Order: sequence, then C-alpha cells, then structure tokens
Amino acid sequence: MDISDGTGRWDGLGSRDISTREIAMENVSQEVLSRAEKIGPICEEVIQPLRSPVRSPDDLNWMLARLLMLSRRCPYADVREKCLSVLQNVQDIGVRIPRPLGQGPSRFIPEKEILQVSKVNAKTQVIFEDAFAALGRLDNISLVMGFHPQYLESFLRTQHYLLQMDGPLSLHCRHYIGIMAAARHQCSNLVNLHVNDFLQVGGDPKWLNGLKDAPQKLQHLGELNKILAHRPWLVTKAHIEQLLKAEEHSWSLAELIHAVVLLTHYHSLASFTFSCGISPEIHCDGGHTFRPPSISNYCACDIANGNGTLDEIQGNHALTDTPCEVEALMEKMKQLQECRDEEEASQEEMATRFEREKTESMLVAAAEDEDSVPTRDVSRHFEDPSYGYKDFSRRGEHVPTFRAQDYSWEDHGYSLVNRLYPDVGQLLDEKFQIAYNLTYNTMAMHQDVDTSMLRRAIWNYIHCMFGIRYDDYDYGEINQLLDRSFKVYIKTMVCSPEKTTKRMYDSFWRQFKHSEKVHVNLLLMEARMQAELLYALRAITHYMT
Amino acid sequence: MPSSNDGWSFSATAQVQRHRSTSTECGYIMCFNNSATAGTKMEKMARVTTSLGSNTISGCTMFCHLDAPANAISVCRDAAQVVVAGRNIFKIYALEEEQFVEKLNLRVGRKPSLNFSCADVMWHQMDENLLATAATNGAVVTWNLGKPSRNKQDQLFTEHKRTVNKVCFHPTEVHMLLSGSQDGYMKCFDLRRKESVSTFSGQSESVRDVQFSIRDYFTFAASFENGNVQLWDIRRPDRYERMFTAHNGPVFCCDWHPEDRGWLATGGRDKMVKVWDITTNRAKEIHCVQTIASVARVKWRPERKYHLATCSMMVDHNIYVWDVRRPFIPFATFEEHKDVTTGIVWRHLHDPGFLLSGSKDSTLYQHKFKDASRPVDKANPEGLCFGLFGDLAFAAKESLISGGGDSNRKPYGSGGDRRYPIFFFKKPDLTEQFAHESSALSVFETDLESSRMDWFVETARRYLLSGKPFGELCDHNAKVAKELNRPQVSTTWTMLRIMYSDPGNLATATSISKGGSIPLMNSFNMKEIAAGGLGSESRLDRGKGEIRQDTIHLDPGNSLINNNDENEETEGSEGPADYLFGDAELEDDDLYPMEHENPTAEEAEYSLPQEAFPLRHEIVDNPSVPEHLQDKVDSPHVSGNEAEAVCLTPIKSFSLISISQPLYESHLPASFFSPVVREMLQHYAEAGDVQMAVSVLIVLGDRIRKEEHWYTSYIDLLQRFELWNVSNEVIKLSTSSAINCLNQTSTTLHINCSNCKRPMSNKGWICDRCHQCASICAVCHHVVKGLFVWCQGCSHGGHLEHIMNWLKSSSHCPAGCGHLCEYT
Repeated sequence: MDISDGTGRWDGLGSRDISTREIAMENVSQEVLSRAEKIGPICEEVIQPLRSPVRSPDDLNWMLARLLMLSRRCPYADVREKCLSVLQNVQDIGVRIPRPLGQGPSRFIPEKEILQVSKVNAKTQVIFEDAFAALGRLDNISLVMGFHPQYLESFLRTQHYLLQMDGPLSLHCRHYIGIMAAARHQCSNLVNLHVNDFLQVGGDPKWLNGLKDAPQKLQHLGELNKILAHRPWLVTKAHIEQLLKAEEHSWSLAELIHAVVLLTHYHSLASFTFSCGISPEIHCDGGHTFRPPSISNYCACDIANGNGTLDEIQGNHALTDTPCEVEALMEKMKQLQECRDEEEASQEEMATRFEREKTESMLVAAAEDEDSVPTRDVSRHFEDPSYGYKDFSRRGEHVPTFRAQDYSWEDHGYSLVNRLYPDVGQLLDEKFQIAYNLTYNTMAMHQDVDTSMLRRAIWNYIHCMFGIRYDDYDYGEINQLLDRSFKVYIKTMVCSPEKTTKRMYDSFWRQFKHSEKVHVNLLLMEARMQAELLYALRAITHYMT
Repeated sequence: MPSSNDGWSFSATAQVQRHRSTSTECGYIMCFNNSATAGTKMEKMARVTTSLGSNTISGCTMFCHLDAPANAISVCRDAAQVVVAGRNIFKIYALEEEQFVEKLNLRVGRKPSLNFSCADVMWHQMDENLLATAATNGAVVTWNLGKPSRNKQDQLFTEHKRTVNKVCFHPTEVHMLLSGSQDGYMKCFDLRRKESVSTFSGQSESVRDVQFSIRDYFTFAASFENGNVQLWDIRRPDRYERMFTAHNGPVFCCDWHPEDRGWLATGGRDKMVKVWDITTNRAKEIHCVQTIASVARVKWRPERKYHLATCSMMVDHNIYVWDVRRPFIPFATFEEHKDVTTGIVWRHLHDPGFLLSGSKDSTLYQHKFKDASRPVDKANPEGLCFGLFGDLAFAAKESLISGGGDSNRKPYGSGGDRRYPIFFFKKPDLTEQFAHESSALSVFETDLESSRMDWFVETARRYLLSGKPFGELCDHNAKVAKELNRPQVSTTWTMLRIMYSDPGNLATATSISKGGSIPLMNSFNMKEIAAGGLGSESRLDRGKGEIRQDTIHLDPGNSLINNNDENEETEGSEGPADYLFGDAELEDDDLYPMEHENPTAEEAEYSLPQEAFPLRHEIVDNPSVPEHLQDKVDSPHVSGNEAEAVCLTPIKSFSLISISQPLYESHLPASFFSPVVREMLQHYAEAGDVQMAVSVLIVLGDRIRKEEHWYTSYIDLLQRFELWNVSNEVIKLSTSSAINCLNQTSTTLHINCSNCKRPMSNKGWICDRCHQCASICAVCHHVVKGLFVWCQGCSHGGHLEHIMNWLKSSSHCPAGCGHLCEYT
C-alpha cells in the first residue's frame, strides 16, 4: 500500500503539457533535495539499502536512480536537463549519486547505433511520449524496437491493453503472470521491471517470495507456464481442464485466455530481451551503481558494449573475411524464385524435407552453456527449474505434427481469443501481421530486394521447431536460405534464450545492419508467440468441444 | 414512499413495423448484353435446372460416421450422391432413403500424397463424373469418376504457391474451373488444357472464396482475407470490375443468390452475414445478420428468397438458417454436430427441405428441415430496457399484458403509475411460417424532476477541477456537493482539503474555529457520516432501494478527522435532520436522528472507549482526552485501527475524534493519507460514482496515482450527457496519454466539393476538378470560411449570420430554389 504514495508526484512528468511537467519537476526536485540535505554528506549507509529487494519510492536512492533514468530516457528534453541538474545539485550537497552501468539499451548494439531519445523523428517521438506517459518510463526494449516504429506502436498498444486496460484479470495478477513467464527464462530484466509494477499496483509483496506464496489459483498456472515455455506441443485438453475445474481455485475461460496471452507474450518477450542483449533498466537493480567509476571497470564495460576499439578492429576484419555472404544469400533467393516453377518436388520429398528440417533443428546444439548469474533470484518464481526445451523425438517420444491448415491463427485462434477477450484478438492479429509483413526492401547494403521469401523461411523455421507444418511450404527452402550459424542462433533464442551470447549475435549475418538483426529478432519473437498461442488455444478449443 | 414523487408519466412513440411485401416473384429477367453466346448458354442452363426440379426428394434426418474430419462436402447434380473431402478422407456416399451408403473411396494408394489433403471439393453441376478438389499444398486436382482405373485422378495443376482455399466450376460451362488461393491469386483453368488460361491477381492478401455468378455468365466474386470482395469479369484478367469492403477482417465465404441476380451474401470473421445488392452503382448492404461466431460458410436456401444457412468456424457447432429480414433470431437451427461444421450444402437446388453437412466431428448428416429446432419457439418474447434518462421500456406478449395479473407487474415508482401499451402487429408472412409474436410495448418515462441523474449533470457543470489553489477547489466542490444535497461527498471534499493542504493554507480555512476560545473539538462517529449521507441520498430516490444504499456508505477511515467549520455549517443550514446515526447496513427506518449539541456538551457526554481511534497527533490543549491516548499518538499504523473500527457495532462505536489546532503544526506528510484516500476512491468508483473518483483524482493531481479506466468511463458518461466541455476538460487534465490523445484524434475534417461531389484537396477553397468555389454563401455569394450553416431540406446555405438574417425576413431559400427553409 505504501508504495503508491510517492509515485504520484512522478506522473506529471509524462504530461504533454510543458507547464504540468515543470510543476511536477519542481515538486520532485524539491523533495529530492530536501531529502538529500537531511542525509548530508555521508554516503556509507546510502549504499546499503540498495540490496534490499523491495525499495520504497520514498527512499532517496530510489529517487536518484529514477532521476538518472529520466535524465537519459525521458522523451522530453526539458525533463532530461532538469534531472541532470538536480542530480548535479545532489552531488554538490555531498550525497553520492548513481551512475549508469553499461552504455546503452543493448549490450549487443553500440549505443550510437540505437536511436537516441533526443534525436528521433516526429512519429517515433510521439510513440515514445505515449509510452512514457503510460508507464512513466521508456524501457530499453522500446528503445531498441524504436528501429521499427511501425511495429513498436502496435507492440506498445497491445502490451498496454494487456496490462492496463479492461480485462478479466486484476492488475497485479497480470504483472505477476508476467513475472512468472519471464522467470521461466530467467530473464531478470523483465522480472525486475514487473516486480516494480506489481508492487505499484498494490500487489502483495509476499507473493514475490516465490510461487508457493502466491494464491493457489496462480500456482496452478505454473504447470501451464512451464509446458508452454519449453514444450508447448504437450499442452492438452487435460491441462486446461485442470485449470478450469479446480473448484474454488478454478479459472474462468476468459481469465485463462488472458493469462495465456500474457504468458506467451512474456515468454517471447524474454526471447527478444536476450536476443537483443537488452541491458537492465537504469532505475532497476543492475542498471546503475553508486560506486565511483574505476578504470578497470570502465574498460570492461566498454568492450562488452562493442564500443572498444579492439572490437571494432575485429569487426572490420570479419567484414573483409566474408564479403559475399549477402550476395550469396540473394543469389540463392533468386534461384529459388526462378526454378520453383520448373522442377516440382514429389509429395514424399516434401514430407521428408519437413521431417529433415525438424530433426535437424534438434541436432543444432542449443549453444554452449554459460553461467548466467541473474541479479535477482528469479528461479523462485517457478518450479521445476530443470524442465527445459526438449527436442521432438529424443527418447523416442513421438509428437504428431501440428498442421497449420487445421488450426490457424487467422481462422481459429483469432476467433477464440476475440470471443473470450474482446479486442485482444484484433490487436494480436495486427501485431502478427505487422511483424510478418514488415520490410524495407533492403538487405544489408542492397536496395529493392524482395525479402518475403527470407522472412517466410525464418517464420516457418521457427514454427517447424515447434512441429507446426505448412502443407504449402517447401522446407527445402529453409535449408537453402538459413545457414548453420543462423540456425543455431534462432534455435537458442527461441528455445533457451538465456543462453544467447554476444558472440552468437555477432556471428550470424555479419554484414547486416543492427536494425535488420533487430527485425529478425522481432520475427523470431512473434513467430514464437504465435506458435505457443496456437498450441494453447488448440487445447482450449478441444476442451470446449 | 414519498408522494411528491410523481412517478412515471407516459411517453410513447408508436412505430409500426411494416413488412415489405416485395414483389420480385419473377427474378428471371434475362438480360444479356454481353454477347449472343451468353444468352444461349443461360437458356440452356435454365432448361437444365428446371428439368431437375421435377424429381422428388425424400428422406429423413440421418447421419453416418466418417473415418476422419471433413473439410468440405458437395452434392451431385441429381442429389443422389455426396462427396466428402478432408485432410484424411475423400469419399463418395450415396444418399438412400434411410441411410448413407459408401460408394467410393477416392483416396487410393498406399501412401496418399498431399494432393489428397483437401481444403475444398466441388462436384460439377453439369457433368456428374467430374469433381475438383483444392489441396492444402497448393494443388488443384480434378477427378473423373468415369475412369476405369482405381485412381480417378484426372488432372493436376500445381500453379498456386500456397494452399488453395476454394475451387468452383462454372455453372454452365463444362470445362471451366476457377480456384482461389492463399497466395492472393485466382486462376481459371480450361480442363482441356494442361495449365491455367488466365490468372487474376487480387493485389491483396489471400483469397478465401470464389463463386461464379449463377445468372451472369462472365462474372465471378472473390472474397479476401483483408475484408474486401472483388467482382471480376472472366474475360478481363488485368483488373477487377469492382471492389468493396464487406467485412472487418477476413471474408470467409460468399454465395450468390440463386434467383436474384444482384444479391451476394458474404460471411466473415467479424461474425456477420451481409447481403449485398450489387446491381446498383455502389454495392449496397441490404441485410445484415449478426451471428455469435465467425461465419465459415453461407448458402442460400433454394426456393426461399430470404433464407440462408450458415455455419461457423469456431466454438459454435450449430447450423443456422436465417431469414435475413429477421436478423435477430435464427429461423431454424440444426444442433446435431458435436464439433464445428465445416461444410454445408442444400441437397437439391430446387428443394428447400434437405440440408447436408459435414463436420470436424467426423460425421456426415442429412438434416430434414421439418426436424429443425425453431429457436423462436423457445425465445423469450419479453424485453426490458432502461433509457438514458431513466425511462423504462417493457415489451411483453400481448396475451400476457391483456390477461390478468396486472397488479403484479405494476412498475415500482409511485401512485401515478399509468401504462400505455402500444401494440405491434405484423402482417402474416406469406413465404414461410416464422412464428409471429405480437407484443405490447410500454414505455415509462420518469418524471424529470425525480430523474436521479440530474445531480450528475449539475455536479459535472459546477465542479471546478483546476485553475485555483487546491484548497479552494476542494472548498468549492464541497459547497457544490452540499448544495446538491450530497453531504457525504461534500464531507469527502472537505477532508481531502485538510489532508493534503499545507498547514499554512489550512490556517485560513479554519479561521472560524480559531475565533472560539474553547478548545476546539469535533466529535463524530464515522458511521454517522456514512449514515448521514445515506439518509439524504435515499430520500432522493427511495425507489432504488437497497442497492443504492449499499453503494453509498463511506469508507469509515475517511471520517477519522473532521473539520470544524464543516461541522458548524451543517448545523446552521441543514438542521439536526441532516446527520443521522446508524449503521450503513440498516434500513431507512432504522436511522434515527442524532441530536446536535454544542461541542462542549459533547465532550462531557461521550467518553472515549479504549478501543477507539488512537490519535495520531499531539493533543495539547484538550484536557478531556484521556491520558492513555497520548501514548498512542505516534502510532503509524492507520490500517489496523480502521479495521478495528469497522467491526464495532454501530451503537457502541461512538467514539470521539478530537482534532485541535495544534494538529496543523505537527507535520504530517500528505502521503500518509494516500492509502486511505485510494481506498476511498476505489470505493466511490466501485459504487458507481466514478464522477467523484475522477474529480478527486484530477484535483489531487500528482498527489496520487491515476486510474486510467475510471477516466474512460467518466468521459463516456459525460459524453452521453452531452457535457462536451466538461469531458474535454477532463481529457485535458488527465495525465495519461491514452486519455490525452482522445481529443487529438479525428481532428481532420474531410470535405467534398458541393458541385462535383469529389473530395476537396487541402489547397484553398477552389475545387481542383471543377474549378468552382466550394461552399458559397447563398446570400452574399462569397466563399464561407468558418461556420457554414445549411438547410437539410435543400442543402443550400451560407454564413451563419447571413442565413439567420435572411430567414428573419423570408421563409424561402435564399438560393431561390423555392424550398421553404426553417431555421431553429
């Protein structure tokens, strides 16, 4: 309850009206300065409360971190400047101020490549302002997605609807489900963000101790969360029935749909977060530090961000290494386009191609294991941490192929979602379409390229990994168009995104621009979400019939 | 019951529903201006179809199990056989009197290829040996049943790159086949050739359905995933003849009316079935049926001009037959299937009595129309609806109304209860025996004075939300609320001011109290305020009864503190009756007035029970406060105490809350109250008084967190009451972007030229096309920039002022068109 008190004064900063912002800013700065004066130039104890997982918004450090975030991320120039000067004043008083860790929204993409909040075109500016006003922040994910404003708009609209507008689930439950889903992939970024939101909308802090302390009803959802995240093809009517027929803890169909959409949204968003190397939010844990910069620290930071000179040299080297990668890919696309009409593969051949791609996708090693240290103990938000993506026919387990023609998003999924959770079907539909159809007709340095074939290959490859088969697609194309390192990347990202590394991000499609790689990541994210949704919705449909 | 409430007066607008007895009995107007050959073809077809009409069809409702889910079915011309196709099935069944008999399995070969995986199937209506299927892998296959070998596959076209959704034979041309595919192309095949003769590009997303016009030799319709329907001429593959947007989202199916050449029925994912008249210049929607699920197939019923059958793609398994003129209830329903119905077809094109259907539940049904269930028989013919201003409309079966039992259904309200039934009569429908209901509709109009939403409008108008210091806003609003007889709301405002104002401001606000030399003290039981609010509210609309009461009582926590001058004011203006003691749950009768005594007397009379509210402030100059209370002064936990207070019984919970001047010296952060205030707002919002919640939010501004959906509902309410200014102010004052952008949408106004009716470009006042000035004032003959007023009768107009002046002196249109314009 006490969380909500202090947050009110920050709201005015998101207003489009400059005078409202000024008043709010004045308010905030007075509050901060008065607190800073109270504490005075002692800084030892200031560092201490950082460790506590739940910080109150009245805490000075919390405020400072927020100011720091605003000084970097606020779409309004006046607020950014004012925040900086407040921070400066606080420092002058003698209180230690935080400093952002890392260099930009993404660890993989140099900050200079990403749109700066200060210099974006009018359209993106409006989107950013909207996002900022709705949440009081502009998260790193949105900044990276800012490469593709058209998509970003749809994404934010959907997310806003799912989290804040009318829906069957209560606000804190929505955030909690988001936490559950993100935690499945150990995505501490998203978990931290939503822990804050969860508390802000009045969620019970006890729930954060782990799923066991959440209500029974949410605990039941744990199983579905687990399966959907890693082996969605195992979702059956029985799972749905368990959730819907659990006496006093049972879910209603509408609630379940909402939950399923949220789960899949956050599973796939976790994929995106990892695949773009999104840095922790500045005002969250791990996004800033109160320690003064030391030399060694600085360097490591820089290199990890691809800003170091060393890295650039390597990059250039790699570039000269394979100059014709893009051309080769384009050549292949052209060939496929041309010869498609001539030779027609037999039906058996087509079937085996799909099977081959499916089996091969399992053999693609899901990347080397690396120790990831989540800053927050995220594993407590789910059970059974050993449960992960398992390939189709390992241990002889045979899963029937899902025929896309028998249960498609457009025909069936949409209708079901829209029936039980009005408007969301439409929003998701638009989002999928934008993601699928997004193109600038460019490939690396080439203009006017029809990339539809490539996009379709990527989309279908992801669905293929989940066992979804399109009768009208020749899976031989995938083999032609997607090389091995790219397949490794896709597979890792979709199935165990927490293992994504910068090296993997760099090693595929080396000459492509960062914006194009982000585009690919959007495709991966949406395709994954759709695949999960299809399985979940099919199970619900089976339950209903 | 207060007799002052005049109750329900009467108002009714009789509106007799008339049924068009359309006289297009003969739809066979043959008019072929395309070519001579077309004419002969059509004659041939007409002959063929009529000759089939002589066969009599008989049978019963029956079904058989298929081995696999069906995707589509089609009947043979003579209605004796049906073909069922699906991913794993492709069979022909003979329709016998009492059962289906499997005639032929077309799915042959040990490892059937994907070419057998059918999305659609069609039996040729001229040649009974000819079938075509659309395969999910993009192939179009034709089958010749006359082939001697086991494999009847005839031709294979693999020109489409994606799934083929639909195949369609030309109704009269033996060798012409049309296909529509996911790849956005439609192809026309001549079965005598190895490849397609022409390709039509829809220039948009997937094609979901293609249908040859039955009456127009060259025309076919195609429906698309993006909601469009295109009409093509088979001879012109370069460009569609016409296109219109039929649905929001994919159009899954379309069907030409078998008799009426200009009618096309379409069904879409948006759950609508629409009937379009395309004989006119622009496709005109003439009927619309709203179903409960996305529409997968639509088929006109033979011999019944207004009937069509639909089935859905998801969730709903029934087949409905609709009379498009009565779109609210299906004419008939077939409820046999256990999973979604995927294919429907009328058994014979001149017999409306039998419908065949295939389903995902692996069954094939023949439905006899006589066995269909008639939802209208089970429907409840009573309807009840509240109007915006409290009017109540009630429709009931005529027999019920005219029969006895009148006294039971007396609308509550008051003595002046009168009912004026209006009777609707329908002419008996000639074509079909749709059950006819005649109902009596009574409309009860609430007395305007007792219309309980008056306070809402008034409050919205008079509240001040911004522009003054916080304290003044609160005071103003409290005053407004009080004047409107809503003391509870008024008190809330006053309390808010106290909670959030700076000590400095407050000092002025409470100056009256300062004047007194006695130590100031208010004593209030929080329950009493709740009940006080209740008492007066319930007097306003007693008829609303208990529901209203439950919603009103105030969160007890808010009355922790009371302001002194508030107290004095009430005393002066309202008298003792205004404040009532009692629990919120009590009925009106249980409320009893509390005697208002002067503060000192109260002090003496009431004692503070131990479990009462611990005070949170130093009370210095109040001698009557028991010692132990001062120990608890610093207790930071409000919530616990509130809880305690709530469970006290009403009578025992008399407690004293004493607030004296020094309160304002001790600094209490405004945020301290936030949880309570939030809870209070929540309470108001849940009780339906979203106006209060939003107004408080706005006035509090950044002192508290916003709640977006309250804003939306309040704005919605304001707009319904046409309080545009207030709603705009609220929109402007909200900090949420989603709300803020509400008044930034659709600020563009598109205008058409008044001469040539084309859209005007944004350059100046002269139309690009006809080079005339648009919107010229009929009086002064100059271009009107700004307000343009025009007569809705003759559409002439001009400057507002000029027209006003003109019409003062003359009643004729200034343009000289002879119309008698009216200006009101």
